[in-house]
Amino acid sequence: MKICGPKLSLCGLIISVWGIFQLVLMGIFYYVKSIALSEDLPGVESEGGFESPEDFYKIADRGYIQNAYNCWIAACLYIFTLVISGHQFYVNSRSSMNM
Amino acid sequence: MGNLFRSEEMTLCQLFLQSEAAYACVSELGELGLVQFRDLNPDVNAFQRKFVNEVRRCDEMERKLRYLEKEIKKDGIPMLDTGENPEAPQPREMIDLEATFEKLENELREVNQNAEALKRNFLELTELKHILRKTQVFFDEAEYGCYPTYYSSSQMADPSREEEQVTLLGEEGLRAGGQALKLGFVAGVILRERIPAFERMLWRACRGNVFLRQAEIETPLEDPSSGDNVFKSVFIIFFQGDQLKTRVKKICEGFRATLYPCPEAPADRREMAMGVMTRLEDLNTVLGQTQDHRHRVLVAAAKNIKNWFVKVRKIKAIYHTLNLFNLDVTQKCLIAECWVPVLDLETIQLALRRGTERSGSSVPPILNRMESFEDPPTYNRTNKFTYGFQVLIDAYGVATYREVNPAPYTIITFPFLFAIMFGDLGHGLLMALFAGWMVLREKPLAAKKSDSEIWNIFFGGRYVILLMGLFSMYTGFVYNDIFSKSLNIFGSYWTVNYNKSTVVTNKDLQLNPSTDDYYQHPYPIGLDPVWQVAENKIIFMNAYKMKISIIVGVFHMLFGVCLSLWNYMYFRKRISIFCEFIPQMIFLCFLFLYMVILMFIKWTCYGPKTDDVKTSPYCAPSILITFINMVLFNENSAPEVCDQYMYSGQRPFQMLLVVIALLCIPWMLFAKPMLTIRNQRRMHVLLNSNHQNHAVGSENGDAEAALAQGQIPPPLPPHKEEEELPIGEILIHQGIHTIEYVLGSVSHTASYLRLWALSLAHAQLSEVLWNMVLRNGLMFEGWVGGIALWITFAIWSTLTVAILVLMEGLSAFLHTLRLHWVEFQSKFYQGMGYDFQPFSFEAILDSAAQAPEE
Repeated sequence: MKICGPKLSLCGLIISVWGIFQLVLMGIFYYVKSIALSEDLPGVESEGGFESPEDFYKIADRGYIQNAYNCWIAACLYIFTLVISGHQFYVNSRSSMNM
Repeated sequence: MGNLFRSEEMTLCQLFLQSEAAYACVSELGELGLVQFRDLNPDVNAFQRKFVNEVRRCDEMERKLRYLEKEIKKDGIPMLDTGENPEAPQPREMIDLEATFEKLENELREVNQNAEALKRNFLELTELKHILRKTQVFFDEAEYGCYPTYYSSSQMADPSREEEQVTLLGEEGLRAGGQALKLGFVAGVILRERIPAFERMLWRACRGNVFLRQAEIETPLEDPSSGDNVFKSVFIIFFQGDQLKTRVKKICEGFRATLYPCPEAPADRREMAMGVMTRLEDLNTVLGQTQDHRHRVLVAAAKNIKNWFVKVRKIKAIYHTLNLFNLDVTQKCLIAECWVPVLDLETIQLALRRGTERSGSSVPPILNRMESFEDPPTYNRTNKFTYGFQVLIDAYGVATYREVNPAPYTIITFPFLFAIMFGDLGHGLLMALFAGWMVLREKPLAAKKSDSEIWNIFFGGRYVILLMGLFSMYTGFVYNDIFSKSLNIFGSYWTVNYNKSTVVTNKDLQLNPSTDDYYQHPYPIGLDPVWQVAENKIIFMNAYKMKISIIVGVFHMLFGVCLSLWNYMYFRKRISIFCEFIPQMIFLCFLFLYMVILMFIKWTCYGPKTDDVKTSPYCAPSILITFINMVLFNENSAPEVCDQYMYSGQRPFQMLLVVIALLCIPWMLFAKPMLTIRNQRRMHVLLNSNHQNHAVGSENGDAEAALAQGQIPPPLPPHKEEEELPIGEILIHQGIHTIEYVLGSVSHTASYLRLWALSLAHAQLSEVLWNMVLRNGLMFEGWVGGIALWITFAIWSTLTVAILVLMEGLSAFLHTLRLHWVEFQSKFYQGMGYDFQPFSFEAILDSAAQAPEE
């Protein structure tokens, strides 16, 4: 039942909550194609040049949508992590109270 | 109601207490915590004080309580801490407490002793049981003859019991014939580690004529005195003759092996084994009952032990304080001297009256104010919010009595300067959330009384951290920096006007603010988000942040110099106002405030969208070069098309400023010593002349009275007269101050540039962390990116908290503290006071609770 101790489960809990918040927001910002995140797109930096601006916009748009979905997937993974950490935290606090 | 502007007004009071009422009154004052007693018997030995017996009794009681606490902790019984604060009991109740503790201690000691004796018995019986079992093995092995013989002779047992006879030495021994020599044996138990040495010793001492067999006991046995589990082994030694027997016994004694009588015949052994088992069971029951009894006693004690501790500590504190008092001539009254805040005199009178009523005494206590020339302690009345900031100030030095307290301003300037260096919306949010959690859960967290010093530091400064976080969120918003990304709230005020081919063919392009590329009106609030993706962001921000740092620094220092004016006015040092404050202000303003004004002129007068090249950025002069030229009286050099100066008349005006500022230096150096010396000479002359006038038949008192009514101004309120320093010392003193101030003003102004430096470092660290860590999770083409992001986000967030919030936060905190302590406070703060440490039960109980837990 108990995989990790109280400190690790607390860390996991905090990081999961933070992760859900931040990744959902980042997903939204990627979805609306914000410029601030334009340097963090896959497939843009790697290529030497683009044939035309349309090509660049196509790749950039694809990168934006892909990253938006990736952020939301990571947020879902963090929901899962939150559940596990929360359960661990609960188990740890209950065993320490029983003592 | 006191205020934080200055420390509280204190007065020395004399307290007359009737001996019967003294205890109750001191108890009331201890609950109040507003009085600092002075030791009126400093040269009396601790053992010769009046109440030394009572203190000794309290020490005894505390010792007993500590013993009880140790036993309770050993059994793991939780001690109830109801958080109630019992009052100090009356002296007559002390005897009851002592009796209770004595009884408890004796009972516990008795129980422990009995338990130990029982355990020893238990151990012996257990060892005997093992011996009986193991020797059975030895004798059984002998029947099957599975080991070689050492002797040629044979049986050892009584020949009449032949069927059960165990020939230890095997059939060959019997066949070998010879006389039937009787072999003796001893059986015992020894620690396993000692067996090799034991064997060797036996072999050497008995010249190989004894025979040892041993078998290990699998389960560890509990040593009764120490309580640890040790491994032992059973051994049996065979020998022939009495001499060897004594030798063997002596060796066993030496190795602390316990010998047990082991019957030879198996039937006897079986009988003994059964007897031992029954006795063991009985012993177990008795041991269990003893433990239960002990547990019951301890549980009953655990309910009250915290209460008792508080009561005993309070009694001890009261008697320690009573030891500081003096007994008056009639032996009926105790006299105390104490420092008391003037505003609290009423409260203290009430407390004293309550104490007298409680003790049933008829004579009311008397509280007299005394005049004193000593420096009173510095007392700042703080609440839980201002306490943190006051601690920061006091760590450098406690303020001189009635000096202006820098703490109220620190409440705002400290978080603000921190925030300039830390400015990041995300990190500020993390900090504010953490501090907010600590503040909202104050009461339960404070009750937990942790040992960890780091946690105590964080918790004690929770309001400071909360304010630092909130201010950092504000500056992060202004710098438009959240985890190194910008927020695009109002859209960018820059556009790209290049045509498609230019954009496609060029790697880098510049946007010119003097054209339509820039909307020509400032961004509503904060930094334009486009700067985050610009290559020259740092160069742009540098200019802004450096100027901001200097502006903030100069105003901070000016404020410090103004505070010194309040000090001089309060302490009526008019000379200082004229000789120190005014030249200091002029020096600072004419040089550094002028530099700040130049910065504002540069910001307003020069801009990109202009037809005249003279007001374009090309011609904007460097403030630093201008300042250096000003001080060196050099001409400004400017490119061909530009004006040499920013406004007409700048050069003569600047020269005037520098000359006046330089004149302030000798003003600061010599004016005050000259005036002081002149005053001293005048006073000497007056004294001499008055003495001469009243020389015949006058007492000194008259002369002084005449003097007092004469030209000398009335003495200053609580202060002693100024000591007469020799001329040399006054000059040196003033010289040091002047040099410190003049050189300091340059160095401190430059020191404020750390606000820029740390802010730059923080922004860059934040960017590097994003680029090197989180970007890796964002550069995946496919759906794997989701999982990669999940992992990299965890790493990135841990590093953000560890490096950027904790390490950078600590660094910025230290730098802000340094700016306050050195650059700000050196302009006005003396910090030569001592802290007010009232007699307060709360403080004593807190420190006592902390100390033994360490």
